[in-house]
Order: sequence, then structure tokens, then C-alpha cells
Amino acid sequence: MTAISRFLTSRWGPIFTGGVIGILAAVLVKLGNPGNMGLCIACFTRDIAGALGLHRAATVQYIRPEIIGGLLGAFIAAVAFREFKPRTGSAPLVRFLLGMFAMFGALVFLGCPWRAYLRLAGGDWNAIFGILGLVVGIMLGIIFLKRGFSLGRNHNAPKALGFIMPAVMVTLLVLLIVAPLFGRDASGNPTGPIFFSTTGPGSLYAPLLISLGAGLIIGFLAQRSRFCTVGAVRDVVLLKDRHLLNGIIAFVVFAFVTNLILGQFKAGFTGQPVAHTDGWWNFGGMVLAGLAFTLAGGCPGRQLFLAGEGDGDAAIFWLGMVVGAGLAHTFSIASSPAGVGAFGPAAVLVGLAVCSLIGFTMREVRA
Amino acid sequence: MSDMTIVDARGLSCPQPALMTREAIRKLGKGSIKVWVDTETAVENITRVANNNGWRIQATPQPGGGFQLELEK
Repeated sequence: MTAISRFLTSRWGPIFTGGVIGILAAVLVKLGNPGNMGLCIACFTRDIAGALGLHRAATVQYIRPEIIGGLLGAFIAAVAFREFKPRTGSAPLVRFLLGMFAMFGALVFLGCPWRAYLRLAGGDWNAIFGILGLVVGIMLGIIFLKRGFSLGRNHNAPKALGFIMPAVMVTLLVLLIVAPLFGRDASGNPTGPIFFSTTGPGSLYAPLLISLGAGLIIGFLAQRSRFCTVGAVRDVVLLKDRHLLNGIIAFVVFAFVTNLILGQFKAGFTGQPVAHTDGWWNFGGMVLAGLAFTLAGGCPGRQLFLAGEGDGDAAIFWLGMVVGAGLAHTFSIASSPAGVGAFGPAAVLVGLAVCSLIGFTMREVRA
Repeated sequence: MSDMTIVDARGLSCPQPALMTREAIRKLGKGSIKVWVDTETAVENITRVANNNGWRIQATPQPGGGFQLELEK
């Protein structure tokens, strides 16, 4: 076990993790997940929000086992390697807002940073605008970090706090398996409280156990190797440290090669799965997401895995993403393959203003 | 005669512990720096910052949890 841990925390850790995630993501598409969406923390969180009825966009509702497995895999790794450390208290309300706005930005682009790289690896050139936006957003976050931005210190919390998110994930798993239908619609047909898409991306998924297993592996590896799709760029710019970036390069390369082998690579701008071609807002959405993720300390995957380690603030960020997903669909902020949503651009501008305000105003207050 | 700087980065999110250490390294040039952190991730990040800047680093787990890192150049 110590040898595994030493390997995963070495310079090869992020590279190995990125490679495994890249392969698994492409294979999950082959086994049923939506195109170029083997894994997407934002899209899958949005699908969970929909399955819980927090939005009623009928095409994007499913309880994604990859999210459940991801958090539980990180939880298992953290417990096994004595890193399970319940903690909270670092500006949770601000983190909730950052999670919400990160989700708005990601849903204007149609993907989190993970999916931006996966879309690139599948030949969707629209992702280039998204990745450029992501880099710009991270750079903005770095400016704030250099000016002294801080969400303040967390403090240790009772063990019980660290078990909340694993328990939430187990509950989601039960809801996925049982899929209760307590309600009745106007015609008297059984409906809700859990909603699953019958058409669209929400209806496309790999077998439950495979998705769950992939999530567990990814969560376990990423918790040990600290794999982070935002930290990768941030650390190169801010600290001249390529450690995490190597993981992202491996992620894209292995996903690309696996896509080629499986016949899933299709280069171009148009006709790409779950994507639109509005370059400007692909860029703009990810500027917002990149800024929000950087201010919160890491990409959505990293937040999920930190939540598995017992980080209550990262958990609040993820819950902000869940609520953000609900609002993004009810307020017509989320894009669709047809194009940008009616209020997507406005939400990005408001989000940039709010996140900048957070960047300018949040400082550590010493007792 | 070497200077001694103490950086308390306990409880802070990424990348602040590494950033604070890098700032201390830049400010000091050479000497000794003590850094307090409370996660292994911060230890790993700061170790890379120290090594990249040619500083020696020694991490010691603390009895109440967390680590004390001693950097020298």
C-alpha cells in the first residue's frame, strides 16, 4: 500500500492517473455514455440535479454513478492512507456561490474542464475556445491570488461531518437503484421524485456497475495523486510547476488514442455531440468557470474528491454546483446543441462581476 | 548569520501554502524558513517549490496533527 501511495504522489502519479482517466472516459462512451462525455463533473452533477427534480429539463436527468463512485473512491483512499480529515469553515457561503457560478459558466460551454479536454480528445474543435477561456479564467484567478485573495482558514471538524457526503452518495446510489415513483401526474401516471431521461444525453449511460467502478478507481487515484484540471494550469503559471500539467497531457493523449482505437474520434466544429458552435460564448462560459474554480482552489473533480476526504467547504462548493445546475436550466442559462441559452450570456457577465467582487474583497481576517 | 522566517499556512486552500512559501523564499534569498501546514498535499506542493528553487526541505509530523517544514538554503 505504501508503495502505491509513494508512486501516486511521485511525479508519475498525475501522469498515471490522467492516463487511466483518459482511457476510462473513452471506454465509458463506448459503453453508453454520451459522446465526448465519458466523464464530466459539471454535466453529471447537472444530470443528478435533474434526476432529483431540481430542474425539469427532460433530456438531462440521471443519477450518474461516476459522481457517486468518484467521491466514495476518494473517501476510501483518504481513510486507507490516513488522510480522512473532516474540516470546514473557510467561507462556505462564498464557496457555494462560486460553485453556482462555475456551473453557469460550464453549462454555457457545455462541459467542465474535464469535458473540455475530452471534447478536444474526441476532435471537437469548439473545445479549443473553451480551453482558451479556461486558461484566461485561471489567469484572472491568479491575479486575485497574487493580490492577496483568500477564503480564509478552515478548522478541524468532528468526524461525523466527514461522513455526510459519503452518506449522501450512498443515498443517491439507493435512489438510482430503487428509482421511487411516489407522485402522480395529471393523468394519474406514476412520476417522481426521481426522474430519468428517456431521450437525450440523460438517457445515455454505461452499465451501472461499470460506471460506479470507474468512478471508484478515478476517485481513489485522483485523491492520492491530487489530479486537478485547473491546478495544472494554475501551478505552471504561478509556481512554474508542471507536476499536475503532465497529468492533463496524459489525460488528453490517452483519451485521444483510445478514441482513435474505438473509432470515436471525429474532427470538426459542426455535428459534435452535446456541443454548440458559438465560439465566443464557449470561450466566455469557461472564463467564468475557470475563474470560479481557481478562486475555490481547484476543478470540480478536485472539489468532489476533497469532499470525499472530509472537506466540508469543498462539499458546499459541489452543492452550489447542484443548485447552480437547477437554476441554469430553469433560468434558460444552460446552452443546448441548438445554441446558447437566452440568458446564458447575461449570466456569464453577472457571474464574472460577482466572482471579481469576491476576488477583490475576500481576504483572510486574523483573529 | 541566517534569517528565520515562519509561514503559518494551516487551513488554507490550494495554492496558498505553496504561494506563501514561494514568497518567503523570494523575500529571503537564503536562510531558514519554517512552514506550518496541515495537509499532505501542502507538504508535497511546498516540497516541489523548495526543490525547484534549490532549497533543502525536511518535513516533520506534529503531535497534534499537521506538519512542520524546515527549509534551508
